[in-house]
Amino acid sequence: MNSLFILEASLIKPGIGLIVWTSLVFILLLVLLGKYAWKPILSAIKEREEGINKALASAEEAKNEMKELKSANEIILTQARTERDAMLKEAREAKDAMINEAKVKAKSESDRILASAREQITNEKNAAITELKNQVATLSIEIAEKILKSELSSDDKQKALVSNLMKDVNLN
Amino acid sequence: MGKRTLFLVVVLIISGLFSGKISASEPTEHSRAEQDSIHAASNHAPAEHGQTKNGKVDITAVAFEHILDSHYWHFWGEGHDAVALPLPCIIYSNKAGFKFFSSGVFHHGHESYGNYSLVNEEIVSSDPEEKVTDLSITKNVMQLFISAALLFWLFTSIAKAYKTTGVTSAPKGKQSFFEPLITFVRDDIAKDNIGAKSGKFTPYLLTVFFLILINNVLGMIPIGANLTGNIAFTFVLAACTLIITNINGNKGYWMHILLPPVPKALYPMMIPLEILGIFTKPFALMIRLFANMTAGHIIVISLIGLIFYFETLWISPVSVAFTLFIDVLECLVAVLQAYIFTLLTAQFIGAAVADHHHEEGHGSEEHAAH
Repeated sequence: MNSLFILEASLIKPGIGLIVWTSLVFILLLVLLGKYAWKPILSAIKEREEGINKALASAEEAKNEMKELKSANEIILTQARTERDAMLKEAREAKDAMINEAKVKAKSESDRILASAREQITNEKNAAITELKNQVATLSIEIAEKILKSELSSDDKQKALVSNLMKDVNLN
Repeated sequence: MGKRTLFLVVVLIISGLFSGKISASEPTEHSRAEQDSIHAASNHAPAEHGQTKNGKVDITAVAFEHILDSHYWHFWGEGHDAVALPLPCIIYSNKAGFKFFSSGVFHHGHESYGNYSLVNEEIVSSDPEEKVTDLSITKNVMQLFISAALLFWLFTSIAKAYKTTGVTSAPKGKQSFFEPLITFVRDDIAKDNIGAKSGKFTPYLLTVFFLILINNVLGMIPIGANLTGNIAFTFVLAACTLIITNINGNKGYWMHILLPPVPKALYPMMIPLEILGIFTKPFALMIRLFANMTAGHIIVISLIGLIFYFETLWISPVSVAFTLFIDVLECLVAVLQAYIFTLLTAQFIGAAVADHHHEEGHGSEEHAAH
């Protein structure tokens, strides 16, 4: 039991040697680790954390920018679409106008051609009628000459004719 | 390299347990006779290597051999088969000044060296006038050196890794294992308890945390020294905490101690109590770590000791099962105690440097009352 007391006493009695060495080593370790380990490690970790935070923030920013860009694109796209529609409409109108103009032009041309054709026909017809009239007149005169010749060829016939004419004249 | 180290440790554990078991449970006639002759010659107070004269194992002595400091680093084996590394002795005598020699000169306490002899791991002089201060590199001091060197190597190599790979790449290897621990100490221990001024104290807290942690772990290895279960070691760490807390104590902290917010009539009682409180807090730190680590080792040795106490191998399954359980528990305790010591240190510092707004409020109220 005596030995146990000695051992127990040495258990709770701090040895001066270990106190000295621990103080020395601990302070040395504190200084050395503080300078060569904790300082670079902590600053590196901090730097990285800041880097990560910055990266996250810039990613968020990029996301927002993208969103803005997207909406801007949308606007541009809508604008382009309306512009395209307007252009198409314009083109269609131009086409219609062109067709109409062509139609009108063609019609007027055809009318003009028809009118001139009609005029020519009338002229030809008139010319033909005139000529026919002249020929008929000539023929009539020739016939009349022939008839007169025959009618007045004898005296009898001249007397009959005068009587006839006298009959018609009567005495009024 | 890690595998080889692990293998070595396992071999050491197994061989240590084995040799201990064989020589203790079935002592040969030869070794018994030897032990007897040794004891007769040296007439030692504690039993040599835990064996009494009748061959029975003195478990108490074995337990204390494991938890106390020693001038040898005892690996395994008993008596003449013992494999132990003699360590350097440094003593300061008020007569002879500094003296340096190897602890091998004492032949495990059987022989004396000049005036000096080793009694109960204490170097004493035969001259009653001579006072000897023992500054030897004992087993604990040796482990302290080893652990400090290990920590220095470990963390400078990690620091170098940050420098070479830069801060933009993900941490690798050691770096990725220790970085969470470092950030845990920095954020959850230092920042949470000290606040804005924590940066100044983080290196101290990190050093304390890792020094305690590594020694708690080394202490769990059977041949390791019980450094964190030594009151001298915990005393120094607690003293450092005491000093750091008080030299950084601000006005509010000292006001709270010297002019506590209580009626003036209570000052004669409160002020001594508050002053006592300065010392009791680190004292509790010192005792807590010491007691927890020592208790863990005693429990393990006691459980193994059951085999020798009952002198039967049949109890060994119980011993082994319970030892395994306690060892796993001790793994937790090793981390937990390092955490608790660091956490409480941070809290003490935090209380000393915090802005005591409510304290000032009390003060102005008192002024108004007078």
